[in-house]
Amino acid sequence: MIGDPVRFVDERLNTASLVRKALRYVFPDHWSFMLGEIALYAFLVLVGTGIFLAFNYVPSDAETVYRGTYEPLRGTPMSEAYKSVVDLSLDVPAGLLIRQTHHWAANVFIAAIVLHLVRILFTGAFRKPREINYWIGLTMLAVAILEGFLGYSLIDDLLSGMGLAIAYSVALATPVIGADVALLIWGGEYPGATVFWDRIFTVHILILPLLLAGLISLHMLILTKQHHTQFPGPKRTERNVVGTPLWPGYALRSLGLLFATAGVLFLLGGLVQINPVWLWGPYEPYLSTNAAQPDWYLGWLIGGLRIMPPLEPVIGDYTLVGNAFFMGALFPLVAFGVLYLWPLIDRRWSGAGERHELLDRPRDNPRRSAALVAFLTWVAIPFVAGATDRVFYRLGVPYDLQIWAFRVLFVVGPFLAWLVARRIFEDLHDRDAHPLRGWTGRVVQRNARGGFETLGAYDGRTRGEGGAERDEATVAADVPAER
Amino acid sequence: MSRARGILRRLRAPVAVVCGGVALASVAAPAPSPVPALSQAANERTALLAPTSDRAALLPEGRRLFVDACSSCHGEDARGIAGRAPSLRGVGELAADFYLRTNRMPLDAPDDQPTRHPSNALSTQQKRAIVAYIGTFGGPPIPEVHPERGSLPAGRRLFAERCAGCHQIVARGGQAPGAQIPDLEGVAPLDVAEAVDIGPYVMSRFRSLSDHEVDSIARYVAYAKDPEDHGGWGIGHIGPIPEGMVTWLLAAFALLLTIRIIGERTTR
Repeated sequence: MIGDPVRFVDERLNTASLVRKALRYVFPDHWSFMLGEIALYAFLVLVGTGIFLAFNYVPSDAETVYRGTYEPLRGTPMSEAYKSVVDLSLDVPAGLLIRQTHHWAANVFIAAIVLHLVRILFTGAFRKPREINYWIGLTMLAVAILEGFLGYSLIDDLLSGMGLAIAYSVALATPVIGADVALLIWGGEYPGATVFWDRIFTVHILILPLLLAGLISLHMLILTKQHHTQFPGPKRTERNVVGTPLWPGYALRSLGLLFATAGVLFLLGGLVQINPVWLWGPYEPYLSTNAAQPDWYLGWLIGGLRIMPPLEPVIGDYTLVGNAFFMGALFPLVAFGVLYLWPLIDRRWSGAGERHELLDRPRDNPRRSAALVAFLTWVAIPFVAGATDRVFYRLGVPYDLQIWAFRVLFVVGPFLAWLVARRIFEDLHDRDAHPLRGWTGRVVQRNARGGFETLGAYDGRTRGEGGAERDEATVAADVPAER
Repeated sequence: MSRARGILRRLRAPVAVVCGGVALASVAAPAPSPVPALSQAANERTALLAPTSDRAALLPEGRRLFVDACSSCHGEDARGIAGRAPSLRGVGELAADFYLRTNRMPLDAPDDQPTRHPSNALSTQQKRAIVAYIGTFGGPPIPEVHPERGSLPAGRRLFAERCAGCHQIVARGGQAPGAQIPDLEGVAPLDVAEAVDIGPYVMSRFRSLSDHEVDSIARYVAYAKDPEDHGGWGIGHIGPIPEGMVTWLLAAFALLLTIRIIGERTTR
């Protein structure tokens, strides 16, 4: 029954050898290697839910009046776009579940990419020969952030409008080309021409998803060609890959992760409210709300805009650089620039440009790890500063004090982080202790002549649990394999 | 023994998830002190004086209490003291009722932002006396507000146009230059009607609003206290900050835990 069609395809496309090769693909095992898979599966959820949303969304700024089921909005003028999202949320069966799942999936997608990136950076997986794939991954992060922001903007609710107003301001603040670029994208002065909505819709549902899908395919194609890196371990060398084959081992585990990811996202989509657009109401350029925020992955930019001192170089009545440019555009450009250049910086530090199939543990290269901690601190400080208003509101910490504290931290924090991290990583390196599980060194015993002899690896029990009472034979028996 | 330890080790993950969830809940739940205590404040919700109240009988005590509690800033003649506090002549029972009923006054220090409190040193009867006394200097009476006569959609629109820029669109409060903007979760309709007339602290006055418009805003404010959460757990109604916390503390944490359980842990 199954044999005939399989043979039909195989005899024409010679798929059997390909499949055999794929099924034998070896995954070196470590839990942190699955971060990228979470991102991949979140992307699948995004595409699936996104198709449903696209069928129900109207990309139009044409004005209409709401006459739907949600009483507080009845009779309110609004755009067709916003109305379609309210209707989708409150009247289309399962609409809100799908929309909320889509939004949670976007948040988790980018979180997973960031975690994956951090893993790649700290273990040196970006080194030769994987620089190109690293750059592809980094590009996907940038594209994902833009894609998320466009999704947030499409709704045309109060938060969307304020977000777009900030984006427009940052564009205007860009020196020389800014104003022209802003007019080009928006099709006119803010809030832009009708065609703007078609543009961001097309970019959000077609161009960027296709770009992401293409980059993901390329990412995985290069991955399978180059094979995974692996942590050093028994029998693991720069020339082999030790791990679990795709079939029957890894595929089932990964399938489980797909279900787990989709499960978490749909659970959140059904149980935890995200972006209740009917409460925010429609956007008009003269409206605003306190406590408006972007989604988390743009928190570092909103915080950056907040802590930026009022600096704006002006010649006569010509503004050279608008204030919003510095932290709204320059900061992310520099941050991504550093990340793109990282493989080159790292190679300059470590000298030789040989191939690396074996990973470093973060402690194996304290200088790299400490520099990465400093970099991440530099990005994280404005991110935290993005919540200053709520910290002030809830905890009463004076707003101006917070802004000044974050300004100082933005400059000083990375250095402090570097010093502390360097110390910790060097210490871990020297003692070979696990940061969470504690010491995993060797057990040394003092003999009758006053000398020391190594008994073997510490097994977690010899200390504390009456180790002193036990005779030498017992202690030795605990650790026979290591000698 | 080792079996028990094994079970404990297995329980570690679920316990951590629960702890993470509780930590998040504590952040997203209706806010803790200092401000949130105010939002839940059970101060009087109806006017201290009804139109028919016998004011004359209250005046002697009102005069005495005014000198005790108010005159150090507002002056013995209620004409105010320059650089300290404004004149109360002409503010009427309206303002007196607002500030005293919500326990914004008396202030500890004249430069403090007046914020609402559940109670203060004055009894309700004493506050009534002071309101009656301040009323003798003339000014608007305590307004009447009928949220049930207002329109919810009109109230929402007016709130979006006039109030949300500071009070947040679902009335969760926030930050403005030089002031902490209160949330309106615990306020009475009367507070709304008085506040739009007075413009307390840094707030603007909205005296052009019609009675119907004020009723409508009061109705929306009452609605916003407990709005329709069609999407499930409302996580505070302030948008992306709690959403980001759910993303990291619940979703990312749960998925990290998953891969840590199903993936290999040691490197050698």
